[in-house]
Amino acid sequence: MLLEVKNLKTEFKLKKGVVNAVDDISFSVDKGEILAIVGESGSGKSVTSLSIMGLIAEPGKVAGGEILFKGTDLTKLPVSELQKIRGDQISMIFQEPMTSLNPVYRVKDQIMESIMTHMKLSKEEALKRTVEMLDLVGIPSPEKRAGDYPHQMSGGMRQRVMIAMALACHPELLIADEPTTALDVTIQAQILELLYSLREKLGMAVLLITHDLGVVAEAADRVIVMYCGKIVEEADVKTLFTDPKHPYTVGLLESIPKMDDERERLYMIKGMVPNPLKMPKGCSFSDRCEKCMEKCKEHIPALIEVNGAKVRCFLYSDAEEGKV
Amino acid sequence: MSEPLVQIKGLKKYFTMETDLLGRPTAVLKAVDDVSFDIYKGEAFGLVGESGCGKTTIGKMLVNLYTPTSGSILFNGTDLTKLSDTKRREYCRDIQLIFQDPYASLNPRMTIGDIIAEPIRINKLMPSNEVEGRVNYLLNCVGLANHHRNRYPHEFSGGQRQRVGIARALAVQPKLIVCDEPVSALDVSIQAQVLNLLDDLKEEFGLTYLFIAHGLNVVKHISDRVGVMYLGKLMEIADKKELYQNPLNPYTQALLSAIPVTDVTHKKERIILKGDVPSPINPGQGCRFASRCFKEFEGCDKICPELSDVGGGHCVACRLYDKGQIKKDA
Repeated sequence: MLLEVKNLKTEFKLKKGVVNAVDDISFSVDKGEILAIVGESGSGKSVTSLSIMGLIAEPGKVAGGEILFKGTDLTKLPVSELQKIRGDQISMIFQEPMTSLNPVYRVKDQIMESIMTHMKLSKEEALKRTVEMLDLVGIPSPEKRAGDYPHQMSGGMRQRVMIAMALACHPELLIADEPTTALDVTIQAQILELLYSLREKLGMAVLLITHDLGVVAEAADRVIVMYCGKIVEEADVKTLFTDPKHPYTVGLLESIPKMDDERERLYMIKGMVPNPLKMPKGCSFSDRCEKCMEKCKEHIPALIEVNGAKVRCFLYSDAEEGKV
Repeated sequence: MSEPLVQIKGLKKYFTMETDLLGRPTAVLKAVDDVSFDIYKGEAFGLVGESGCGKTTIGKMLVNLYTPTSGSILFNGTDLTKLSDTKRREYCRDIQLIFQDPYASLNPRMTIGDIIAEPIRINKLMPSNEVEGRVNYLLNCVGLANHHRNRYPHEFSGGQRQRVGIARALAVQPKLIVCDEPVSALDVSIQAQVLNLLDDLKEEFGLTYLFIAHGLNVVKHISDRVGVMYLGKLMEIADKKELYQNPLNPYTQALLSAIPVTDVTHKKERIILKGDVPSPINPGQGCRFASRCFKEFEGCDKICPELSDVGGGHCVACRLYDKGQIKKDA
């Protein structure tokens, strides 16, 4: 196991109360695997990735659990130790390519910074590697473009620069937080293709955070579906799309407009995500669920294994959270 | 098919980016370059394209937020571009806009009720004692409750705000609504709710939509006909079914194949375009798509293809389908 997250809890202490953005989740990522975390706004998927990177800022904090990277618990490491791992063995691509590059530095300086810090290379060697990386991610005439400032590049190019920066030190784990959301569809296809081929070439694992089930189906090996800070379903990609189990997953898949679909009306999940300060007492999806039973309103179901997949729903088992 | 409500003819919008010493333009951004199409009464016309293709600019010219450089917009037979400012304003009531970002398009200091009532008051559509009833009615139409009237935008989620934006557009009883990416800022489960709502309202109020989006999959559900734009030019127009089953322009083909599908059982062959969208400033003579096209052949970079009907209302701008070319291939 490359990364093992065990019972991770991340909470935000607000004046109005405590929000459990990530509520007791466990998962693992194997070497060379692409694991996708899917969920809508507020499901806790981005907070999960920030927790792994140790980037949760006040008033939030990791309140419990372990994040084991090759056996070392990242939550217990001092910042100086964490910095040796971040950007070197684990790196991250952020959602907004427009805002995550520093506008006053040349692209090459930003990429060289992490290479020189982590790989202890000289300036010339670092520049050589920077140009190699830009070439790898498909930027035309990389020697020339390396001297550009971010504003001279398009959105797709900036995202490529972000990827080049993240890959510069050969990370074993790449966390990609909505890497294609801000991009146009034809550019999105390019970037996904790139991530996929780089995984093959470099053998790194990818934790792909996204709200787009289409992207998941194209790229991932395994999928975790999150809702209100909890994992509601976990399965390999084929099982999830051919045999979705949790009513939320089923609803999400149904509500995507499909190309080969002749229906006049889209399926819709009624209602909306509950206020994190006023969570339902039982299953957090209960008030939107079509198959909601009496029990669902009172008790929280446990995440249990059904035919090789994991699902948190009373339709499949009577097991309750915390009473197994 | 019914008669056209809107006829757009040779519409152009150029922005001058730089001028020389004498004030003559040296760099011109051709946001919309000679675009013509009709929108029929009661239909939803989808306009699709990537960032910078000019789709929003067309929407803004329809609602009079931009003045066209040249060309005409006929609305019910009246050329909107030739009207005086006061006359033009009267038509604003008939053409309303729903914005992309529901977080930025509602005034945070106004209550929902005031936001919806404002256009009714400005246009003096009814005596002030009837406005409240009308606002309640509109709120119910979009699936909100009467008591929401006194709340402020920050108390609502993205999907609810978009419903408020829709109610505001409906308030003045428009004939045409320009929907500028109304669901792209929303979550998947909420997108479906808003799309279905727009579909219902179209029937109920007898509306016509110009539905602008960047992805072909969202447009598919709501539109009757679809136009595909690239860098200020219309590349293809066809009935929805025809366009999705038989895309002719290579760009449309690439755009369709780029949509990620949730079907994991058979992976499709996809067309990956090379490079980025080129700059719309001072574009060359030829086809705008030539630099990224996978079917480009000799002359594409010099001759700009005209949009022409290849049968059954399916129009395409591509030299592959020029009559001479087809003969050569056959």
